Amino acid sequence: MSKVPYEVYTEEVEALSVLSPEGEIINKDKMPNLSDDQLKEIMYRMVFTRTWDDRAVNLGRQGRLGFYAPVSGQEATMVGSEFALEKEDFVCPGYRDMPQIVWHGLPLYQAFLYSRGHQHGGQIPEGVNVLMPQIIIGAQILHAMGIAMGFKLKKQKQVAITYTGDGGSSEGDFYEGLNYAGRFKLPVIFFVQNNGYAITTPFAKQTAALSIAHKAVAAGIRGVKIDGMDVLAVISAVQEAAELARKGEGATLIEAVTYRFRPHSLSDDATKYRTKDEEGEWNEKDPISRMAKYLEKKGLWTEEDTARVKEEAKAKVNEQIKKAEQTEKMTVPGLIDSMFETTPKHLEEQKADFQ
Amino acid sequence: MAQMNMKEAIRDAMRVEMKRDPNVVVFGEDVGNVGGVFRATEGLQKEFGEERIFDTPLAESAIGGLAVGLGIQGFRPVAEIQFVGFIYEALDQMFVQAARMRYRSGGRYNAPIVFRTPFGGGVKAAELHTDSLEGLAVQTPGIKVVVPSNPYDAKGLLIAAIRDNDPVFFMEHLNLYHAFRAEVPEEDYTVEIGKANVVREGSDVTIIAYGMMVHTATKAADELEKTKGIKAEVIDLRTLNPLDIDTLVASVKKTNRAIVVQEAQKTSGVAAEVIAQINEKAILHLEAPVLRVAGPDTVYPFAQIEDTWLPTPARIIAAVNKVMEF
Repeated sequence: MSKVPYEVYTEEVEALSVLSPEGEIINKDKMPNLSDDQLKEIMYRMVFTRTWDDRAVNLGRQGRLGFYAPVSGQEATMVGSEFALEKEDFVCPGYRDMPQIVWHGLPLYQAFLYSRGHQHGGQIPEGVNVLMPQIIIGAQILHAMGIAMGFKLKKQKQVAITYTGDGGSSEGDFYEGLNYAGRFKLPVIFFVQNNGYAITTPFAKQTAALSIAHKAVAAGIRGVKIDGMDVLAVISAVQEAAELARKGEGATLIEAVTYRFRPHSLSDDATKYRTKDEEGEWNEKDPISRMAKYLEKKGLWTEEDTARVKEEAKAKVNEQIKKAEQTEKMTVPGLIDSMFETTPKHLEEQKADFQ
Repeated sequence: MAQMNMKEAIRDAMRVEMKRDPNVVVFGEDVGNVGGVFRATEGLQKEFGEERIFDTPLAESAIGGLAVGLGIQGFRPVAEIQFVGFIYEALDQMFVQAARMRYRSGGRYNAPIVFRTPFGGGVKAAELHTDSLEGLAVQTPGIKVVVPSNPYDAKGLLIAAIRDNDPVFFMEHLNLYHAFRAEVPEEDYTVEIGKANVVREGSDVTIIAYGMMVHTATKAADELEKTKGIKAEVIDLRTLNPLDIDTLVASVKKTNRAIVVQEAQKTSGVAAEVIAQINEKAILHLEAPVLRVAGPDTVYPFAQIEDTWLPTPARIIAAVNKVMEF
């Protein structure tokens, strides 16, 4: 590698796009190899996820869900990144990343139970390689790093993927995770959904780095920046990162530039820190309508398809929220028994207060 | 039987378990090539290779997170935090992520991790190397806390900790690493977590301690017997969570008097908890209040005054005299 004079410098990078806002393929080289059925499936999942989000916000207002972090606007990053992986790969989500773990195999009613504060929400079924959503921002980054080391030690070809946001990229755990992944050349993908805000704090106040992707440089891993409203760019970047990881070439940090259309949570008011103009600009970039334009031109999707998927999603959400609501309540003695493999005597005695 | 000091017994526990179970992996700062700053893992990398025991970059939270991730993958991580004060950098991974894994996943995942760390005063170390931080750990649901006081217990407890399917915070007193040698079986054996040990029998007063203080308490007990004919029973807690209250209560029922000795600051610590549980289970057997001998509620001091800051046999004797004369 050639050397530059003693001052380290980097340059701004342009985010990768595959689809133009008009739904044209503008980067054939990076177009992932997807069958028509796969393209339709991706679209199906994005529309389903948007409808689920709409319904979840309403369920939250009705008091039928607890903490819920809306996802609309981020369907391309969430659906696309998971779609690009194999079932055997491991997903370590942040608190907003429910769609990834549901599409990876967590039953939807359990996602609702998690939101409702029921332990069964985190009881991941056997064979589904996901962790529960993480509340401590950045902690999951280290878990993904550790899980990736497990794959490496077991000489398995799987990868781990972990998600955080622009805020999470300022955490110490973020830097520690990247550095370990570089040092041990681990098969892990650090996927940052830069949606512009850490609750209320804008990205401009988060870092002086040229981009989040640049932070990979310090850790000696690959960093890429992509258009997070372009599901095909997301799939392309994650597939490439996963392929490199499976070949033993280590970790990739992916920064996907996206936007959450809704507030941070159901108790947040985005009008306090975002302008209508800005929201309008991002609405124009809606990842679902962009993909729809592409698929409509190819004759793979119609407005009727969208309407059909919405109905299906609504029916599924209704069925699954009912299932969640009918699940037997947790009990304190049950909670006590989940602290250790064998409940110690003093805890056993404390059950008496709740029986 | 071999003669081992506590450090060698700890090393032997890791060797036995690494041999027995290929899923046991050991890592931390400087633990691989040279075997740790105290050489507790010396020779293990040569024996088991760099995939089983390795040096990590210097980042304690990542050591904790790595352990959690490897635990999910079916490994049994033994993670060393180089000095006790450095656990502050890893608290989320140790006390939240590992300790809550079973609960958060409803039993789907667990964290079969041992977090080993040296701690404890009296060796003139740098700041934040010798604090007694077990109080933080015993306030944390979901993690067991073990403190051996001798080579035999150290090996048996560490093997038990490595085989445990829940996280264990394993605290090794710095002053005991090289303090003395004792007979330790070369084969594998376990000392049950959650069981205290009566290390000196007596009928007049119970002295409850753990770690280095077991030895300080025993010294005081010997002195009391010699000078005043007071027969003190000394109990080594060995495990701070879960506490073996039954052994303590049985002793108090016999002696009717007790004191608790800890290096840690006096307020709201292990000693306070021991006393609360004795009150709950044996108050009618007490002839006097149960007293504490502990460090004062200050930060752990710089080396110059640590010997006077730490509980001494004289302070223990004074406390025993108080409960005897009550």
